[in-house]
Amino acid sequence: MPKIMKKKYIINIIAVAMVFLLLCLLFDTGLLGRKAAYFNGLVTIGMFYTIIVCSLNLLTGYMGEFSLGHAGFMSIGAYTSAIATTLISDHAELPNIVLYLLAIVIGGLAAAIVGVLVGIPALRLSGDYLCIVTVAVAEIVRVILSNFGIPAITGSATFGKSFAGIAKVSDYHYVFITMVICITVMYCYIRSRYGRALISIREDRIAAAASGINVTKTKVMTFTISAAFAGVAGAIYAHYITTLVPTYFNFSKSSEFLAIVILGGSGSMTGSIVAAPILSALPQLISYVFPEFASYRMLIYAIVLVVVMIFKPSGLFGGKEFSLPNLLLDRNYRKKKVSLDENKA
Amino acid sequence: MTKLIQSLMYGLNLGSIYALTALGYTMVYGIIRMINFAHGDFIMVGGFTLFYTIPVMKNMGLPLWFAVVVAIGVCVVVGVLTEQIAYKPVRGQGSTTALITALGMSLVLENGALVLFGSAPRNVPPMFSLPTIELLGASIPGQTLLTLAIGIIVMVILSFFIKYTKLGKAMRAVPEDKVASTLVGINVNKIITITFAIGSGLAAIASMMYTTSYVSIKNELGISLGLKAFVAAVLGGIGSVAGAMIGGLLLGIVEILVKVYMLPGTYEAVTYLILIVVLLVRPTGLLGKAVSEKV
Amino acid sequence: MKQEDTPVLETKSLGIQFGGLKAVNDVNIEIYKGELIGLIGPNGAGKTTIFNLITGIYTPTTGSYLLCGERMNGLKTHQVVNAGIARTFQNIRLFKKMTVLDNVRVAFNKNMKANLLQSIFRTPYYWKEEADTTAKAMDLLKLFKLDGFADQYAENLPYGKQRLLEIARALATDMKLLLLDEPAAGMNPVETAELKESIKMLREKFGIPILLIEHDMSLVMSICERIYVLNFGEILASGTPDEIASNKDVIEAYLGKEDEGGEV
Repeated sequence: MPKIMKKKYIINIIAVAMVFLLLCLLFDTGLLGRKAAYFNGLVTIGMFYTIIVCSLNLLTGYMGEFSLGHAGFMSIGAYTSAIATTLISDHAELPNIVLYLLAIVIGGLAAAIVGVLVGIPALRLSGDYLCIVTVAVAEIVRVILSNFGIPAITGSATFGKSFAGIAKVSDYHYVFITMVICITVMYCYIRSRYGRALISIREDRIAAAASGINVTKTKVMTFTISAAFAGVAGAIYAHYITTLVPTYFNFSKSSEFLAIVILGGSGSMTGSIVAAPILSALPQLISYVFPEFASYRMLIYAIVLVVVMIFKPSGLFGGKEFSLPNLLLDRNYRKKKVSLDENKA
Repeated sequence: MTKLIQSLMYGLNLGSIYALTALGYTMVYGIIRMINFAHGDFIMVGGFTLFYTIPVMKNMGLPLWFAVVVAIGVCVVVGVLTEQIAYKPVRGQGSTTALITALGMSLVLENGALVLFGSAPRNVPPMFSLPTIELLGASIPGQTLLTLAIGIIVMVILSFFIKYTKLGKAMRAVPEDKVASTLVGINVNKIITITFAIGSGLAAIASMMYTTSYVSIKNELGISLGLKAFVAAVLGGIGSVAGAMIGGLLLGIVEILVKVYMLPGTYEAVTYLILIVVLLVRPTGLLGKAVSEKV
Repeated sequence: MKQEDTPVLETKSLGIQFGGLKAVNDVNIEIYKGELIGLIGPNGAGKTTIFNLITGIYTPTTGSYLLCGERMNGLKTHQVVNAGIARTFQNIRLFKKMTVLDNVRVAFNKNMKANLLQSIFRTPYYWKEEADTTAKAMDLLKLFKLDGFADQYAENLPYGKQRLLEIARALATDMKLLLLDEPAAGMNPVETAELKESIKMLREKFGIPILLIEHDMSLVMSICERIYVLNFGEILASGTPDEIASNKDVIEAYLGKEDEGGEV
């Protein structure tokens, strides 16, 4: 590993640890008093949103394809992991952390399997056609979940169309660490030779193939990875909210995820990381701070979305990344960034 | 047998609602390569217009179908405004931006309706009181037959309009080549606006058909109906007017048949399954043209 | 048969039909080690279609083609590249929003070994391979004097340099045969001269056989050893530049309206 990278890693680790300590300070010391639980919830939701939005950005920003069905992959992760943990905890008393780990691994794997099965045939399509197939897949999953209640296998949880009594093990400490790992993995994937191949496909499919890239394989692999992380997010959601209803994972949810990707900046992980927590919390905060505007919150959100598209279609970060180590280590970073922008213009 | 005929008639009725809506999607897609997600919400707008204007017509002693004229007017205004305010500025910004803007406008209309009308479902008062008609042993409500007839007539008129009138020809020319269309003197912006106006007008007629048969409307109507109609458009081959009609009718019949003869709750899944299968076999839909990339 | 006698590329009555149109018909081309072969013909004669057939973008409807004696029909584009045929495109196809360096590094992908887990966890092997690849890519860029642009987006390069970058990217795939599709198209005379030098350098340094589609007659005549002339999808003539220049059919079909040279 180059020396400079080691330095960068250390800076990043310190930065992440500081954010983590800040959260602990806010929620574990009673600093926020009775409001702690409320904000804790917002932060946890923001974190699983970050995972799923980043996973969708993998497709949108780097592969150049849309999915309007990510809520479907999320629901697969959520339901599978919830069934698994409910069954397991009926037979054995496991510590929360073990149950949590089992949940995210099972949720991620289940969504990945569906991702491969969908991706292999569907990725022959592209653009709007692929987009509508992802919608179709998610709707099929939702209809199945809505119609075929999971039979009551155990006594402790109510199964059926809505699925209650899931163990509440998505503690924000765990979720935070999961989120950091997920983002790191996705980031490293993009920066590896696989990521280069992926971006080359986005830029020019035919030229990528003529440069020796196996287009289908790269696309299916990315689609699967993206689905897997959506599944992880679903598992976290299930074990935070404890009651699942299929209608949560509808088309609107999928389009909300896509909207956040675009608002943050398609092709910018930083954009997703900044936008996901803010935009997932924004509607809640609007109705929290101004209760009289509660019914306006989604309208405001929608108008903001359209206005941003008209005036800044590349989103908040416009495909660029923010790097703390570069800011600290490289004195020319700011200058360089400016000159790059000039080149683009 | 009577059950089958009854189902087929209901299927045709639902199908022509889908077809009229799908036409709006397909014409807009053909001309600006954009999935206008807000199109489904135009039907919701039409539905609420009917809900509020039918009683007014009743009080004023006017014929109730005047309400449909008002609904068409309102839908055309909403459609053209959507195009002018939101879509025109993002034209040429790439397909991502267009897609998200359309999703955004869909959300704006849906939540605008939530703010204005609340989330409770409303029952649109009946516009026609026609007797039930016996057809080959099956009894079918008269208004279902009437709206079905209206739907089919509108589609026939539209087909002739697009095929033979100067404006219709221009509407077919623009999707083929925008630059060449401009060169031969077609005002592309005007054609796009007209396309939106016609699409929205069709949506108003679809909402008349929908409310006559299904009565209840709410602010979320647009999403479910719109998605299904969009599926119909893709199924038929997006961009193809005939494809949208065939796709819509096919989808309506299949849905009703699944509802009647198979598991009623799964008809949506069947719809989407058919879409996936068709796209995998014929990636451009039933009547869509394959576009190959020049290397 | 001795190894030297196996052509690097051999097409056997290769052809493709689009609907009723025979775009390419009964084409027999042989290229031997180290040769620089020109493929010329009027617009629409089917030159690029032959490239598309050889690189697996189209599937031949008749005939076959062999790379070093191996039958290649039915392979997908990336498999063809892996087998050793690289190409450039008539209308430049670079990865515009990737850096010049990354454009070349992508093409090294097929020979890189770090698997998914090694790449994600960034093992020492990953770092070593990345460093090696970068070094090799920089070497290639230096050959074409593009190393100074390594960090720029490909789309920001001047036109002539974009053409060279495409060739550099093709070279990175470590091929046995290079197909160049109108590399001089749209170039000014200075850039064309530079290109000519680059092609000469390629042959001296790597000894790779090259099949060249080109409209710039002076370029083709001055550097190619043999030339195939294509007209209406069929081979009209083949031979040395002198033979071609004096061939009556060719003059009639092609050289007679030679003002096409500057076409973009």
